Amino acid sequence: MTEPGTAHGEARRSAALVEAVVLPAAAIGASLVLFGVFVALAGADPFATYRQMVRGAFGTWFSLQSSLQRAAPLMLTALCTAIPARLGLIVIGGEGALVLGGLAAAIAAVAIGAAPPIVVTLGMALAAVVVGGLWIGVCAGLRVLRGVNETISSLLLTYIAIGIFNHLVEGPLRDPASLNKPSTAPIGDANALGHLPGMDVHWGLVFGVVACIASWVLVGRTTYGFAARIVGGNVRAALLAGLPVRRLVVAAGFLGGGCAGLAGMAEVAAVHGTANASLVAGYGYSGILVAFLARHHPLAIMPVALLLGGVAASGGLLQRSVGLPDAAVNVLQGILFVVILASETLRGRLAGRRLGWLRATAVAEPAPVKEVG
Amino acid sequence: MGNPRLSLVRCRTPGMLAMFGMLLAAAALSAACGKAKEGEAKASTAPAGPGGPGGPGGNDKPVVVGFIYVGPKGDYGYNQAHAEGAAAVAKLPGIKILEEENVAETVAVQKTMESMASLDGATLIFPTSFGYFDPHILKMADKFKGVTFLHCGGLYQDGKHPGNVGSYFGYIDEAQYVAGVVAGLTSKSKKLGFIAAKPIPQVLRNINAFTLGARSVVPEATTAVVFTGDWSLPVKEAEAANSLIDQGIDVITMHVDSPKVIVETAERRGIYSSGYHANQSTLAPRGYLTGAEWNWAKVYTEYVAWVRAGKSFPHLLRGGLKDGFVRLSPYGAAVPDAAKRKADEAKAKLIDGSLVIYKGPLKDNAGAVVIADGTSRAQTDIELEKMNYLVEGVVGKLP
Repeated sequence: MTEPGTAHGEARRSAALVEAVVLPAAAIGASLVLFGVFVALAGADPFATYRQMVRGAFGTWFSLQSSLQRAAPLMLTALCTAIPARLGLIVIGGEGALVLGGLAAAIAAVAIGAAPPIVVTLGMALAAVVVGGLWIGVCAGLRVLRGVNETISSLLLTYIAIGIFNHLVEGPLRDPASLNKPSTAPIGDANALGHLPGMDVHWGLVFGVVACIASWVLVGRTTYGFAARIVGGNVRAALLAGLPVRRLVVAAGFLGGGCAGLAGMAEVAAVHGTANASLVAGYGYSGILVAFLARHHPLAIMPVALLLGGVAASGGLLQRSVGLPDAAVNVLQGILFVVILASETLRGRLAGRRLGWLRATAVAEPAPVKEVG
Repeated sequence: MGNPRLSLVRCRTPGMLAMFGMLLAAAALSAACGKAKEGEAKASTAPAGPGGPGGPGGNDKPVVVGFIYVGPKGDYGYNQAHAEGAAAVAKLPGIKILEEENVAETVAVQKTMESMASLDGATLIFPTSFGYFDPHILKMADKFKGVTFLHCGGLYQDGKHPGNVGSYFGYIDEAQYVAGVVAGLTSKSKKLGFIAAKPIPQVLRNINAFTLGARSVVPEATTAVVFTGDWSLPVKEAEAANSLIDQGIDVITMHVDSPKVIVETAERRGIYSSGYHANQSTLAPRGYLTGAEWNWAKVYTEYVAWVRAGKSFPHLLRGGLKDGFVRLSPYGAAVPDAAKRKADEAKAKLIDGSLVIYKGPLKDNAGAVVIADGTSRAQTDIELEKMNYLVEGVVGKLP
């Protein structure tokens, strides 16, 4: 090869960037086409369906706010999968961290309810982050210390989390006034998290956006992130380089779990005003979908969460106006997931085709170096 | 480094596929956009145009009524019972109904209510899940003063909750009592089973009424109860049904959102079942005895009539067998005539008020007296709303 090394890098990077935008966009387009076929087979008009989806998700100020509102918890629960993923962990237990984080927030609110609202809010957030963080931190710890598969353990711990949650909410922490819907004592109107100025969207959205940007800075711009990416690229290389792999992995689990816990806190503080079974709404599971669709990139999580929030927001209109069953939205989500994951197999090949001569050099480079670019 | 031809093929095909996908997507999007404007116009003229035959009061616009369900509306259970009520409303002249199923008790239900009110012009909304009330319905009721929200659960408190909210519920334990009579007299082992979701007062009333009904005709009858912990856990419900059947029960009933799995399991294992929420007889043609059903059609059509006429409606509406809020599924083929007779007797007495289900002396299953001798608690008694015990004859304990 006669080309200088830096030019290689430049070309590859720009190709990768184009790919990062084109590939998901094409996959989303293909999913919509497939969904249109499904809709037509189900006996509805696909174009009327697309129209209602746009109207229900982004078409009006009301529907845009609805989508943003639904996206907020997904951003946080997606980080629960995305942050550990940078170190090669596949965590799918965000739901457990969310419900226990929400419960911890509700307990904190009752414990320090007399303090000024800003202190209560901070206390709730802190409690939620710590509890959610510990929950996933345990999964990460089991992984590095005992070799327990974190995917399985985080999933199973979710069932345990919901069990603990139900036990405490229906037992020791139950507000005696909540007869047929066992709930913890209300956090009080003064401590509720309000709406953003001029919008019908609560502050949870800001939590989500800030957490995504902070995670991006953390992963891409700090020494922790640098070390984390090396662990994700090649654990052996990381160990050889003397990196504290165990601590890095557990910290990533803690951060991810903390984000999911914070989502639980926002639900309790802004929506329910108490912790009860309504908190177990599947945000943790939808977050996994968001993280994978965003390829675990913290910034990409925001638009993807908005997309899925929009899909959920338009679901109602599909039922009411087009007469599709609710399951239609699940079908669309399923198609999106499969097509986007399948499209991943094309990554590197779109660029590779045009810049095929680069691939030989790419292979020759050591893995961690390639990651750092 | 592998076969160059192979890698060439692998490079080309997916690339072309992706291009093809993009083209399709672009085509679909542009088509969708092109159609969008045309559709918008159509949608906005539609409600004003045909109008319908014209409701009372000379108003030619249909009254839009929204129904929101927490689960699928064909669940053979809680949601289906409400959807049957909605179907009865849809048959009224000058009414247009909107339905949305699988709406979680989160921001999602607030947005659905808001969307029905502001996008579809609904003036009456029935959010049918118990958990929708606080805070979701209360928030929306404050925001949309012109919309009436009617909730299933009987949670309305005078002076505390907004005036455009109502809450209704039925004394379905009366129907469970009669079903207990049928179960007791049909059972051969005298061992009955009950699969319950959560140990909350409404569920405990059903377990206790079913047991008291059975023991009113067969004093040695017992009801083994299993709590699954949540409203819709089909796998756990099937496991619980199988384990109860293995322990020798031969009639099973339940209080979960969808009795489908339990009734089907009972039929497959060859025991009797007694349904809940809706009629499940088609799932178990051999073993279905009867069932405690809601009759929301009556409640909903009445409410719609009140609201349409602009009359004030009862904010808290409750009723039992007498009021037609609840009913029993038609007796199945397996029910002996004697059981039918006794059940009809009990039903008649509940309707004329001569039979009170919760009457002292009543002991719980640990032997403690829960209702003293001489005390009689009618259905409207607020004490019953705090029930926290299982009566004598129930095998099991509160988790």
